[in-house]
Amino acid sequence: MGDPDLRPADWDFIAARRRLESKAKSAGDKLTSLEDAVAKIADGDRVAVGGCLFSRTPMALVREILRARRTRLTLVRNLMCTEGEFMMTAGAVERVMTAWMSIGLPWGVSKIMRHHVESGAVALEEWSHLALGLRFRAAAMGVPFVPSLTMLGSDLVGVGGMKTVVDPYTGEAMAAIPALFPEVAILHVHRADRFGNAQIDGYPHMDADIARAAATVLMTAEEIITEDETRRHPDRTVIPGFLVDALVHVPFGSYPHECYGLYEADYDHFAAYTGAIDTGGPLAVVDYLERYVHAPATYDDYLELFGGERLAQQRARARELTT
Amino acid sequence: MASRVLRDDTTVFAGVGVPLLAAALAQQRHAPKLTMVIEGGIIGPRIKPGRLPVSTNEMRAAHRAQMLPGITDTFLFAQRGFLDYGFMGGAQIDQYGNVNTSVLGTDYWKPKVRLPGTGGANDIASLCREVIIVTTHERRRFVPKVDFVTSPAWLDGGDTRRRAGLFFGGVSRVVSTLGIFGFDPATRRMRVDALHPGVTRAQVQEHTGFPLLDAPEITETAPPTADELEMLRALDPERRFLG
Repeated sequence: MGDPDLRPADWDFIAARRRLESKAKSAGDKLTSLEDAVAKIADGDRVAVGGCLFSRTPMALVREILRARRTRLTLVRNLMCTEGEFMMTAGAVERVMTAWMSIGLPWGVSKIMRHHVESGAVALEEWSHLALGLRFRAAAMGVPFVPSLTMLGSDLVGVGGMKTVVDPYTGEAMAAIPALFPEVAILHVHRADRFGNAQIDGYPHMDADIARAAATVLMTAEEIITEDETRRHPDRTVIPGFLVDALVHVPFGSYPHECYGLYEADYDHFAAYTGAIDTGGPLAVVDYLERYVHAPATYDDYLELFGGERLAQQRARARELTT
Repeated sequence: MASRVLRDDTTVFAGVGVPLLAAALAQQRHAPKLTMVIEGGIIGPRIKPGRLPVSTNEMRAAHRAQMLPGITDTFLFAQRGFLDYGFMGGAQIDQYGNVNTSVLGTDYWKPKVRLPGTGGANDIASLCREVIIVTTHERRRFVPKVDFVTSPAWLDGGDTRRRAGLFFGGVSRVVSTLGIFGFDPATRRMRVDALHPGVTRAQVQEHTGFPLLDAPEITETAPPTADELEMLRALDPERRFLG
């Protein structure tokens, strides 16, 4: 895991707290570009990714990280999807921490994950879904661990080095799920005002905990709302602005993944993508990254590749499911 | 089969695919007061026929849900004891019901085959009151010892589950393509409880990589009724999961 002085352990709550204490917690304007947001990520950082699987993935930020050719990252996400495959293929990650990785049942086990993990090129550190959630929750609470009844007795315990703790009240042993304080969180939300006060529709996933766990929070939003709108519905804010370091306005910022109520995931795109891998092997993803990540200069150019008609259709499908 | 276990006034942690179909069928057929919980952070959805979800975290899984509490908090409902049934499948299952969905081979960091991983299965196996495994029955799947315990059932048998700190739950049954299997209450080894019509005891053993025990009485399962089949086909007209 590198030099402990330069890179404190995942659960070092003292180092994590010092880092926050020395950081500006601004109520000011956070609006910026994708390039400037991603400039806040350093090679070797632990990057926690919001959303879950193909839902509310911060795809515009993922794409920008790939364009900036970051390396040696540790990517942390409870269920990992195509963004993990892109990062592995690009050589951006040396380790992923996750509970599950592939796209979804119809597309089978991820061949890209298998290729990179079975060769030992990328370490896949597996935690249970709840354990990973509690790792973010413990960090969000500012404590080094939380007790839990999960993951005990399984071989997952040895993978991430989870320890047990004796409950001082009942004398029973339980799981001590260690905190995980990532350097950076990348999140996509439905709307935020320019200060970063953010609202999420539908399933909240783990984003609110991730924002509190990380030292630096980079956010994209489908819509930028006025300060007045935030103040009229403060109960809707799930991430307060002072946690947020950069905010970028990116409609369709998760595409081809879904954004609850706004657009459904593009299953046809997944089928074409995995189909290309089935015939072309891992090199198909290199081609994909060239076409979808490096060639289009802007995110709008990227969306053009899908076409307005497709985007409108996915919007209609989302509406049908949520109204 | 799995659907018939589910009762009114209970809750079920359902994964996508067959478990979700089983839960949706139970709701329609005999258990309208059953609540379905999905690990993407979804409580009480009403799955839209023909729009079956392929992941536990998508709008199709959340269709007409009653609550979307977030993933961590959804699992904490199970840790608190609110979840009665959990469903799982797996690449390997052993004689004590332990399931492997992580790696094939002996070196975790350089596996022969890297599988997708636990997802919520480990948590379901650790925290639900009762877990039911639904799987196809193949000799390469039913192994004496799994390469890696992703989801703990009875671990090494006897009271090893309790001694590992798993106070609650455990796998109660395995519903396979050949029959229904339980576990001996003392040794916790897998035993034959019931066979599907036309399946023999010898056939089951032939397709299992470890010796199976027998329940005091081995019964025959009742085949799906015309009603059940019709409801399932309506839910999954493309036969995405029905096969």
